[in-house]
Amino acid sequence: MSEHHSTYVPSTGIERWLDARLPIVRLMHDSAVSYPVPRNLNYFWTFGGILMFVLIAQIVTGIVLVMHYTPHTSMAFDSIEGIMRDVNWGWLMRYMHANGASMFFVAVYIHIARGLYYGSYKAPREVLWILGVIIFLVMMATAFMGYVLPWGQMSFWGATVITNLFSAFPVIGEPIVTWLWGGYSVDNPTLNRFFSLHYLLPFVLLGIVVLHVWALHHVGQNNPTGVEVKDYAKDTVPFTPFATVKDLYAMVCFMIFFAWFVFYQPNFLGHADNYIPADPLKTPAHIVPEWYFLPFYGILRAIPDKLGGVLAMFASIGVLAFLPWLDTSKVKSGAYRPIFKICFWVLIIVTILLGYTGSQPTDKPVLTLGDRTVLDMVGFAQILTVIYFAYFLVALPLLGLFEKTKPVPASIADSVLGAK
Amino acid sequence: MADHSSSETNRRDFLFLATGAAGAVAGASAVWPLINQMWPDASTIAAGAPVEVDLAPIGEGKAITLKWRGKPIFVRHRTKAEIESAKADDSKITIDPEPDSKRVKSFNGKLQEPWIIVYGNCTHLGCVPTGFSGDYNGWYCPCHGSHYDNAGRIRKGPAPKNLFIPDYAFLSASKVKIG
Repeated sequence: MSEHHSTYVPSTGIERWLDARLPIVRLMHDSAVSYPVPRNLNYFWTFGGILMFVLIAQIVTGIVLVMHYTPHTSMAFDSIEGIMRDVNWGWLMRYMHANGASMFFVAVYIHIARGLYYGSYKAPREVLWILGVIIFLVMMATAFMGYVLPWGQMSFWGATVITNLFSAFPVIGEPIVTWLWGGYSVDNPTLNRFFSLHYLLPFVLLGIVVLHVWALHHVGQNNPTGVEVKDYAKDTVPFTPFATVKDLYAMVCFMIFFAWFVFYQPNFLGHADNYIPADPLKTPAHIVPEWYFLPFYGILRAIPDKLGGVLAMFASIGVLAFLPWLDTSKVKSGAYRPIFKICFWVLIIVTILLGYTGSQPTDKPVLTLGDRTVLDMVGFAQILTVIYFAYFLVALPLLGLFEKTKPVPASIADSVLGAK
Repeated sequence: MADHSSSETNRRDFLFLATGAAGAVAGASAVWPLINQMWPDASTIAAGAPVEVDLAPIGEGKAITLKWRGKPIFVRHRTKAEIESAKADDSKITIDPEPDSKRVKSFNGKLQEPWIIVYGNCTHLGCVPTGFSGDYNGWYCPCHGSHYDNAGRIRKGPAPKNLFIPDYAFLSASKVKIG
């Protein structure tokens, strides 16, 4: 977008005075008013704005909750119940914050899937994409630590299972876990440091989001055709009012969805066991992470070897960072790639099924022949894990070589108005 | 900095390197306390001092769970039949091979075979297994399906190791000191 020049004209004396000293109004104007967006963006492009809204909502409700929360193993659980019963509007703040985490992941998964389908990770958007992968990882760490704070059964055992993942590494594994815990088990020191980091990481997230948006505004948005902007006058419209209004409309729709959970099903996405105070001597019979971690948990459990499982789980997210170089196709948008389109939907279905396997007991039969179990949850998850990785490591590199793509429009304007 | 075209090493190069090295050492020293503070503190270590456990109340075929260093410890009093079946399986242990005799300790030179004392955390990801259950009537971990036998040896499932044995010693035939 190097051709895009600032169109800001300070109209009053004060604006001219400020513009010569700190051109902040110019920055806002250029990035949120006159910034050119492709004219063919669909509603999948509104999730960036929605995510920004959810992040701010999480920070605001989080700051309020901290005013009433006590980070100590003997008081954490009770202070949460105090927020629910005694604090004015505490129930609303907590339900918004807890469901807000789920909404954050709903929006981010749609946002990531959008990028996967329309090839938004391809040149020149590699850095933009990798920053996105880092945001996703920091989000996961933040959500995990936040879930530990109420100090319920799932909090405690979730923390135990996840920190124990690091014990899989030979030699350094055990010391790392002791260091993470600050003790011989998950206990008060662990709760305190998780609380500290849970407060810090959202601001780190905000910093990386600024870089993410900066990179976005430098290279410009991708669009459903995957064709780059060629003529600003024909291919783009100004951010305000076009994108602003569309983003706001989508945001309001998303807020209705969010509000439905907060007001009608506030505990649907949570786990009943977390309303039992943490007990280090008793593991819940069926321990599962929050829904947004389930596909990765499914991969972890699919591998019978401990270290192998941990590595596969990290690899399933890490592989995303290499996408720009794994996808060899010259055509960016999945709309013009018939075979890619099938592979993409297979990936989506496989990821959802992996989440399902992660939510079920390991020895539950999937396929039975008479009395004999032919396939149990672990076996099923193994098949799905192979397909998941095959998408990234086999399908994407090879499709670029063999796939016969459909003709791509000459320009964004052509795709909207029809070629002349 | 160097606007002279001389390529010879001079005093300024030395000063530059020495300052850089000193800065790096100072930086690393400043970071060290920030990393080190995360290890268990003195009160945590003190609270993890050894404990003595009286075995007399634990009848044959029974087990207790006690909490030490924030973790459960299983103390199981095995029956004759259980000991025999565990010994008979010595050659069938494939995941983490260990004979039954390595799972118990001795007092006055005599193996205390009835007593199995292990950490009550699955070696997979740390859940607490359920006693007297699983395919081998030892422990079964509900989290990811690991089966242990009555000597705490992993027989089936994702756990890579047998249940860990804490440091302990018999003070008498019916008393142990853990830690």
